[in-house]
Amino acid sequence: MRNLFVLIWRNQFFFLFILLEIVSLVLLSRSYSHHGTLAYNTTSDVSGNVFSTYSSITDYFDLKENNLHLVEENTKLLNGLSSSFLVTDTQYVYRDSLFRYIPAKVVSNSITRSNNFILVNKGAKHGIEKEMGVISQLGTVGVVVGVSKNYSTIMSMLHSNMRISARIKNSGQLVNVIWDSNDYLFGNVIDIPSHIVLLPGDTVITSGNSLIFPAGVIVGTIESHDKGSNKNLSTAILRYITDFGTIKHVYVIDNLMKFEQDSLLKQVIN
Amino acid sequence: MNNPFVKNIIRFVILILIQVLVFNNMNLGGYMHPYIYVLFLLLLPVNINRSLLLILAFFTGLTVDYFAGTLGLNAAASLFLAYLRPGTIRLFFGNHEFYSGEEPKPSSVGAFGFFKYTLVLVFMHQLVLFYLEILSFNHFFFTLNKVLLSTLLSTFIILVIMLLFSKRSKK
Repeated sequence: MRNLFVLIWRNQFFFLFILLEIVSLVLLSRSYSHHGTLAYNTTSDVSGNVFSTYSSITDYFDLKENNLHLVEENTKLLNGLSSSFLVTDTQYVYRDSLFRYIPAKVVSNSITRSNNFILVNKGAKHGIEKEMGVISQLGTVGVVVGVSKNYSTIMSMLHSNMRISARIKNSGQLVNVIWDSNDYLFGNVIDIPSHIVLLPGDTVITSGNSLIFPAGVIVGTIESHDKGSNKNLSTAILRYITDFGTIKHVYVIDNLMKFEQDSLLKQVIN
Repeated sequence: MNNPFVKNIIRFVILILIQVLVFNNMNLGGYMHPYIYVLFLLLLPVNINRSLLLILAFFTGLTVDYFAGTLGLNAAASLFLAYLRPGTIRLFFGNHEFYSGEEPKPSSVGAFGFFKYTLVLVFMHQLVLFYLEILSFNHFFFTLNKVLLSTLLSTFIILVIMLLFSKRSKK
């Protein structure tokens, strides 16, 4: 036993290396699963503050472009106001709101890694919780995986564990969208049945099956469809509608019916 | 600035901030992702206690991970770099006499010597980093390409930084 200690002490450099390397790999191993990413992440006000101070400076650089986007979006919203419509019908259907949108600003973003995250400046204080969907003014962005008081981390569509349930807009066919960690412009549509033929430009939207995204949010458009020779399910390349490289403003989606839907699903399963 | 302890702390803070705020957002051609915070580890004194070197590497990596949300990834890569550092110094600068506390800078080991030293260690660092990040050999050559290009870019930026911040020789 004593000899063992002497051996370790003599080779302390090597053993310390192995020990610390194991610690790092254990820490890292948690990030390889979806649940691990949800359970352990480093969202905190400390890193959030550093990033938001920095982005408060760099934001000036693309102010013009962002204003344009906001004006465009405002126009769209104004068009949707009830006062924008000519009311000819006396019947008014009252609909309870299903989703609440929480606007947030991106303070840190990555696109070159195999697992990319986005940090935004809203957190638990503003009603954000884990597993809420996030969209931009154009389409899907990701899912919230970590929340601190003032900041939250979003697992972007550019994450190897990302998998969302989607639909081909014109045929209604259910498919899945994943990202196979190559290019930040393109994702992959998988589980396409063999009888479906997709053409470049076909729109892929969220299915609304997941409680995270409302139905009909655009994910992207088909770039090319690879009909495998003898496979039952083929895959296609998808061009994301959201430009992850320049994304600045996002909306976190609070599904107000999630609790009810969740408990109903649980009832069915049990 | 003469106290090596203070000097290294300042260097650490500045390099981590630059890495996290500037270079982590950098994306050239979708491939190149420079990691320049390793310069802190490269410039630690040659005769530093080797265990201390490992511990410093571990915490440097963890700090970068903390900001990037990839806990353990940079730590593992930095550790590997630190593990290979003493051997690399012996290999390249075996004949060179270092005084106590001397840092392996271009001014002491020569510009080409420093280039070799940086290139090899940065390559090892990024090799571990990119393959651990993707954790598969599915895109083997794509990842290798990423490693090589990022290594070249990181080395280039580190050399530029050294050039900008090296003091003129006082003689």
